[in-house]
Amino acid sequence: MALAGKDLNVGDTYTECLVEDLKRTQIVMYAGASGDYNPVHTDEKFTKEIAGYPTVFAHGMLTMGMTGRMLTNYVGDGRLTKYGVRFTSQVWPGDTLNSTAKVEEINDGLVNLSVETTNQEGAIVLSGYAEARVD
Amino acid sequence: MATDKFPVEGSHIMMFARSVADGNQIYYDADYAAKTEPGKIIAPPTFAQSSAQFDPDYFLRPKLDEDWFGSGKEATGIKKEASGSGGGGGGGGLHAEQHFEYHRHISPGDVLTAETKPGKTWEKEGKRSGKLVFSETITEYRDQNGELVITARGVGVRTERPVDQ
Repeated sequence: MALAGKDLNVGDTYTECLVEDLKRTQIVMYAGASGDYNPVHTDEKFTKEIAGYPTVFAHGMLTMGMTGRMLTNYVGDGRLTKYGVRFTSQVWPGDTLNSTAKVEEINDGLVNLSVETTNQEGAIVLSGYAEARVD
Repeated sequence: MATDKFPVEGSHIMMFARSVADGNQIYYDADYAAKTEPGKIIAPPTFAQSSAQFDPDYFLRPKLDEDWFGSGKEATGIKKEASGSGGGGGGGGLHAEQHFEYHRHISPGDVLTAETKPGKTWEKEGKRSGKLVFSETITEYRDQNGELVITARGVGVRTERPVDQ
């Protein structure tokens, strides 16, 4: 399951579709599990009339969490040592997200990856990095 | 900001994994997890964020004895005379960055503490939302033995106006 350093090459990529047509209920599930009940994620009336956005939008951490699934599916369970991201665009209900990890460096039993998640229009919604132990 | 007791529980891990659409059995099936490399249920990589559930003062959770700024009958539950903040906009700004360092992966049965310290703050002029004010926080999660298990660094941003779409 886990990656072997000898099988990896700089530039290798791994891609997963994180979600197709993101449902509002998924965002509600994330609010409930994480405890982040900011109404901009679940409360249409507040979000339009008070916050000034066209509709509710996903927690950045939901995108980071789904992107984390891509990473752990790639590097194996319990292998991540670092994972960090920048949220570059909002994610909206109905979005379809794809995420790619790319091997940047392999050193001393560790692999460094760049990570990018894009929406159906090709806009980058999350960019970051991860480090994982490899065999 | 501090969380004195963040008990890591199996059902919370299962719900959290579902909430990020992760069906990996290691997050809910102890028999399956026993046969994996970690040898037991572990938490998904971003699970530490849900320590908010155990922070008594977390401001993005409705409290029994306080007005909630989300909608009820009206678009916001904050009564005009109760607050001089003028509506509150996005309710705490947006999340700009999040970073985790895993010293070990956490499992049900761990009881963590979380201590959050302020980091740097900086400003930037944004094309789509006016002046941006960034502020960083660093959170150290320690286990029941006082060992550091996760270091988290978050960056929040307050925008002058909603981000243009």
